[in-house]
Amino acid sequence: MKAALAFLHKQAPGFLFEPNTGLIAAVLALLALVPLYAAVAGDPFALTLFTRIVIMALAAVSLNLIMGYGGMVSFGHAAYLGIGGYAVGILWKEGLGSGFLQWPVAIGASALFALVVGALSLRTRGVYFIMITLAFAQMVYYVAQGLDRYGGDDGLTIGNRSTFHGLVNLNDNTLFYYLCLVLLLASVYLVSRLVNSRFGLAIQGARSNERRMRAVGFPTFRYKLVSFVIAGALCGLAGALLANQTNFISPALMFWTRSGDLMVMVILGGLGSLFGPVIGTVTYLLLEEALSRVTEYSGLIIGPALLLVAIYLRGGIEGVFRKAAP
Amino acid sequence: MQRTIRLWLLATTTLALVAGPALAQQKTVKIGFVSTFSGPAAAIGNDMRNSFELGLDHLGRKLGGLPVQVIYEDDQIKPDVGVQKTKELIESDHVDFVVGYIWSNVMVASLKPLIDSKTMTIVTNAGASELAGPMCSPYVFSTSWQNDQTPAAIGTYMNQKGVKTAFLMGPNYIAGRDMLHGLQSTFKGKIVGQDLTPWPNQLDFSAELTEARAAKPDAIFAFYPGGAGIQFVTQYAQSGLKGQIPLYTAFTIDDLSLPRLKDLAVGVPGAQNWVNDLPNATNRKFVADYHAKYHSSPSFYGADTYDAAALINSAVTAVHGDLSNKEGMRKAMERADFKSVRGNFKYGNNHIPIQNFYLQDARKNTDGSYSLHTVSLIVANDQDKFHSQCPMK
Amino acid sequence: MRAGVGGSTSDILPQQTDEQFLRPIPYPSPPRALRAGGGKSSAVMLYFIEQSLNGVQLGMLLFLLAAGLTLIFGIMDLVNLAHGSLYMLGAYFAATFAAATGSFVLGAALALIATAVSGMALEVIAIRPLYGRPHLDHVLGTFGLILFFNELVRLVWGPAGMTLSLPSEMLTAVQIIPGVYYPLYRLVIILVTLAVAALLYILVMHTRLGMLIRAGASNREMVGALGVNIKLLYTLVFGLGAALAAFAGVMQAPILAVQIGMGENILILALVVIVIGGIGSIRGAFVAALIVGLIDTLGRAFLPPLLHAVLSTTAALTLAPALSSMSIYMLMAAILVVRPEGLFPAASR
Repeated sequence: MKAALAFLHKQAPGFLFEPNTGLIAAVLALLALVPLYAAVAGDPFALTLFTRIVIMALAAVSLNLIMGYGGMVSFGHAAYLGIGGYAVGILWKEGLGSGFLQWPVAIGASALFALVVGALSLRTRGVYFIMITLAFAQMVYYVAQGLDRYGGDDGLTIGNRSTFHGLVNLNDNTLFYYLCLVLLLASVYLVSRLVNSRFGLAIQGARSNERRMRAVGFPTFRYKLVSFVIAGALCGLAGALLANQTNFISPALMFWTRSGDLMVMVILGGLGSLFGPVIGTVTYLLLEEALSRVTEYSGLIIGPALLLVAIYLRGGIEGVFRKAAP
Repeated sequence: MQRTIRLWLLATTTLALVAGPALAQQKTVKIGFVSTFSGPAAAIGNDMRNSFELGLDHLGRKLGGLPVQVIYEDDQIKPDVGVQKTKELIESDHVDFVVGYIWSNVMVASLKPLIDSKTMTIVTNAGASELAGPMCSPYVFSTSWQNDQTPAAIGTYMNQKGVKTAFLMGPNYIAGRDMLHGLQSTFKGKIVGQDLTPWPNQLDFSAELTEARAAKPDAIFAFYPGGAGIQFVTQYAQSGLKGQIPLYTAFTIDDLSLPRLKDLAVGVPGAQNWVNDLPNATNRKFVADYHAKYHSSPSFYGADTYDAAALINSAVTAVHGDLSNKEGMRKAMERADFKSVRGNFKYGNNHIPIQNFYLQDARKNTDGSYSLHTVSLIVANDQDKFHSQCPMK
Repeated sequence: MRAGVGGSTSDILPQQTDEQFLRPIPYPSPPRALRAGGGKSSAVMLYFIEQSLNGVQLGMLLFLLAAGLTLIFGIMDLVNLAHGSLYMLGAYFAATFAAATGSFVLGAALALIATAVSGMALEVIAIRPLYGRPHLDHVLGTFGLILFFNELVRLVWGPAGMTLSLPSEMLTAVQIIPGVYYPLYRLVIILVTLAVAALLYILVMHTRLGMLIRAGASNREMVGALGVNIKLLYTLVFGLGAALAAFAGVMQAPILAVQIGMGENILILALVVIVIGGIGSIRGAFVAALIVGLIDTLGRAFLPPLLHAVLSTTAALTLAPALSSMSIYMLMAAILVVRPEGLFPAASR
């Protein structure tokens, strides 16, 4: 394991992964072994649960790109989950079951929507930015509610997962899980390449002092817009995966509390750290699931815990480990 | 650093184990029960749970001779949560039966995993037209109705009362749309307007009631189940419409809302497949024992769920406890061979009961309490009109 | 299996066995007042007035919530998502106290005090450490508080919710102008809230506390330099906001359910109001609350008949409520695109 990590360090400097290699290796090992555990323990639900966790982690990673690195606090990120999901659902309903069509449409539609939202929203600052992104997400939410043909508020059951013409069979739950995991890791890699590029440095610079970045010649608006679009596209992919996993889409996918959940996962894990969102998502969703098994009143524990994290744990869970590191 | 990592690993592993399945127990009937146990609709879920537990009590806590384990799951009135809980029951708890479902949209969303896994399912309230028609399944049974039937009965009654024009209101989800269709299938007068309101979040009906008043109909028909019924009937009274335009309802006033509505519910007619005063021995025992155990009146939600326990018992008895014999259990259940609280009924080809529908009204008793009563039979042995679209014969 | 059972119903229920599965609803006429030929323009006018009153009533309620939210936001620079929880708490307190005392008014008064006290305690225990932190920490912390309060209420009051009944005299409609009947209780809400708005105006514009509040909203350091006990001021403002939220909860409780999560949907609307109005501006909140209330209600009233003209009934019935809910957010997005700091931006920030 150590050798492998050292190798990766050498091969991809900046990729694997800042000081917290140990923690990250632990998370990855945990995620990689889930199907094995599910098979041995005869607990297919563990696989279902962790597939959802991995997909939500992908969404959280995409939000972290703009929120953590770019300082763009999007309170409407669940809209892209919904758009990705509805792209799959609507195409299936219209008889187009091929993933080669569904997934690109999901990603493309989300990217396009992000382009529009970003172009209009990036003129505002602070809380106004938070609220205008929320506004656009709510609009999509209500559009989905008004789509009588696709189930309106009741949602739509998707009869089949996306087909890839014999290439991969998504009905194999283990395969589907590993596909999600690979896509998650690929997106983390993409984000790491982005933030370590000139482009990424400009975005991070703009977060602390946009005027100066513009003064030294960076087209900050355009850069921020591009990162906004990439984040939307990645989250749209997560939406397509989620629709495939649950075989069900409904406007609830993009209700504002879902956007709030995503923000919580990112902040909990650690803003602006590559693997923070993954750690945050795993912790938050597992905690939620476990507590709901042992007590009816899980909110009495999760609620104050989040408050304590907000007050004491700057940098989230990942930040704590970073401080603990020698 | 090493220690903190070990700590986190330990914590997440513990979490994962806690979240994992309980150790499987042998030879019990495992029943997953999906209903609403939070929010205002929790009153319905609790009534269903109480009635099911009472049904198990009456059967000596055994179904077909086997001990019973019931796992209750809360759908929060959300289709996406309902389907997730249903999957969890099937995959993680490996249940033999899934029982419950109040809301048609939650039911329809959960149908695919139930049908795919061939899980024996007994729907005790939701009556989506999809379930009765094209999406009917050999392993899915209902102890309630198809949504159109109850409002169709009230439409028949409105014709008898000489109602010529009506304004319709209901929530915008599967059941709400079914209800408005059902009313229009029998009501011969003119519909002068209708509104479907967002569900379940819109509880303020000011704009819609103003619209209804402006339409000047002979009557208003409303379908607002659960807590929303309390809001609707209260706002109908607050708007001063009560003396002006009579209200006809389906599933809006029940034994759960009556203690809170009190006088506001008196004089508002509704239709129902079961009323607590139906004169048969099974029903008398159910109502009396429910009162004794829970100190309140059961509702139709509970009554239909009570029947589910007896229905499962008949199935498990027929296969002598061999829970893998799904064909045998299906055939046994199709005979509806048990004593129902509504008097005995038959199953149609789509596994929806063929049964009577009654007119009910609310009365104030001499001791100051309120109760629902059967007024008359509106329609006998009614079969839903979707059975012909069900491929099962 | 189904032989012989259809016969007894066929004379009562028409058999519609060949009907298509997707069933079109017959075209319904719009309300009489709206029909092009039949309705007189005066009837349309009266209908419009009545629906506008519904909108004003919703707007007034939103104002009560938004006023507290915008004060807290403007002065402490705190994003308080848990404001809706205080609204919920107020409604639960009112239902409890009204049941205990047998008086609606007394129950309401006690609920205001109880919520204000709870709010101040909350500020001291949980909110204070969040001042001066990034907004994201506020979002995380107060989101946690929402979860906490929802469960706490479930633990204390049970999951089923409560009802707060009005005195029976309130269950009637009054004729406010000839031809326009309006529910008495909703009229009371409008009038009482207007009175509260006026009191709030006097408090903020004409008292020493109000002067500090205004000064605090524009320059925090200066108020501190004046030797004012900032901590106490913040606690008082938070308590005031809690009382206003509770007031909204109390007034709304007899119309809507007193239930867990009741604060969350209305919180988002209140956030929309303060953003449209401009954060920190009570006047902005008032104007924006009226706009949002009117747009939401008039959309619900007038969109369905308009959509019927171009769409099938089922599609129109599904689309109309969605569109009118959406219109609020379209308005907010449009306003922010044109005026990135809302209608009444706070002067110095």
